[in-house]
Amino acid sequence: MFLIECPWCGPRDESEFDCGGEAHIERPADPAELSDEAWADYLFMRTNPKGRHRERWVHACGCRRWFNIERDTVSHRITAVYRMGRKPPGRR
Amino acid sequence: MTKYSIFSLLRHARHHHEKWPRAWRSPEPKGSYDVVIIGGGGHGLATAYYLAKEHGITNVAVVEKGHIGSGNVGRNTTIVRSNYLWDESAAIYEKSLKLWEGLSQELNFNLMFSQRGVLNLAHNQHDLRELARRVNANRLNGIDSEILSPEQIKAFCPILNTSPAARYPVLGASLQRRGGTARHDAVAWGFARAADALGVDIIENCEVTGIRRADDRAAGVETTKGFIKAQKIGAVAAGHSSVVAAMAGLRLPIESHPLQAMVSEPIKPVLHTVVMSTTVHVYISQSDRGELVMGAGIDGFTSYAQRSGLSTIEEMSAACIEMFPITSRLRMLRQWAGIVDVCPDASPIIGMTPIKGFYINCGWGTGGFKATPGSGWAFAHTIAEDRPHPLAEPFALERFSSGRLIDEHGAAAVAH
Repeated sequence: MFLIECPWCGPRDESEFDCGGEAHIERPADPAELSDEAWADYLFMRTNPKGRHRERWVHACGCRRWFNIERDTVSHRITAVYRMGRKPPGRR
Repeated sequence: MTKYSIFSLLRHARHHHEKWPRAWRSPEPKGSYDVVIIGGGGHGLATAYYLAKEHGITNVAVVEKGHIGSGNVGRNTTIVRSNYLWDESAAIYEKSLKLWEGLSQELNFNLMFSQRGVLNLAHNQHDLRELARRVNANRLNGIDSEILSPEQIKAFCPILNTSPAARYPVLGASLQRRGGTARHDAVAWGFARAADALGVDIIENCEVTGIRRADDRAAGVETTKGFIKAQKIGAVAAGHSSVVAAMAGLRLPIESHPLQAMVSEPIKPVLHTVVMSTTVHVYISQSDRGELVMGAGIDGFTSYAQRSGLSTIEEMSAACIEMFPITSRLRMLRQWAGIVDVCPDASPIIGMTPIKGFYINCGWGTGGFKATPGSGWAFAHTIAEDRPHPLAEPFALERFSSGRLIDEHGAAAVAH
């Protein structure tokens, strides 16, 4: 359980939100040219890191808008909240 | 190994049970092993045991970052069953259940395996049809399974609220009578003791920090106790599988989620079976100490923190009271979470990897405990023979690129 700072509604309980999984997975530009392995990587393979993770959330019981967050998967501390389509802050 | 029996119990009673020897040694790691197993949970220990017993490979180390029993093997809700839908799953889970049936004798350790039956409830027409389909599939695969009417359910489990006026009325259930529970700590200890007696080194408090490769082969593991050379490496790290695989440069189709459970204060025997409901969502049994043991669905986000949360506790309690109104004033004793490795098709990954000598066994997600002996059996064969055991073959990592997924979300019984 933790608080999430919705970009539109402010800090709310995590139970109001749904997690949409890992962020920044882009649909392949030319699917017809893709190998089965590359498809599998896009569809199924996940980074699943222990530590800093970037993921999509939706404020399902609030404004129902999507956004990205950067969260530590051990401490659950959220270090950034940024809108869809934006690059994560401080991307190395 | 001291054989446990009524005689050894009497012998040690004379010393007030203060002189029992250690159940397994506590060796320092050797420089090199034929096989290193990463992860001393149930599946890892079972793998080491069957490597030694069935394949004669005894130069084996099990490397565990905590102590034996500290991970998911000691955090599950101890349910054992084999009523899975597809042939591939039915085969491996049923193999596992058959192994369970003789395991206490084989390991000379009382696993308190109790075939008290597992009820899966249906609360709507869709549930009922899915249940009937699964029962039929089970019977075609030689797995005992039957459908009970609400009246039969009430007779079998009187404290269950089967009133048609219930918010989620019980319309029917499947019952696998050979299913049941086992004491999970005993499973870990029993396999550890038996593997140790066959020469396996169980190295506790030793975390793997890296995997060394020589060209396309695995060469050994870097640990907090130094480098250990290995001919073959088996990674059985459950919730941390992605982390271990990343050390070898592999990506897995796995996400790690907390799965929560809790137990009540001990009460007199009221529930002699296991009751599972995917619709109201709780699965519940009564331990031999009298505690009601209940489990939840996974938390909706990835996490490596073994912590529980109040909203899940509330949901579990609400479901429990809905199904068993007599529990409304029951107090809860403790709650916890384990980190489970969830696969997109709710089936495990057992087999080879693109790296020679590096094998994986993971993705058991919310239902790995029941598979402990079968998983170890099939994985030991895969490592020893360097080719997948027939039971493991359908569960290869390649299924995610071939598209031959084994969708067991219905039988998994835990919401993903």
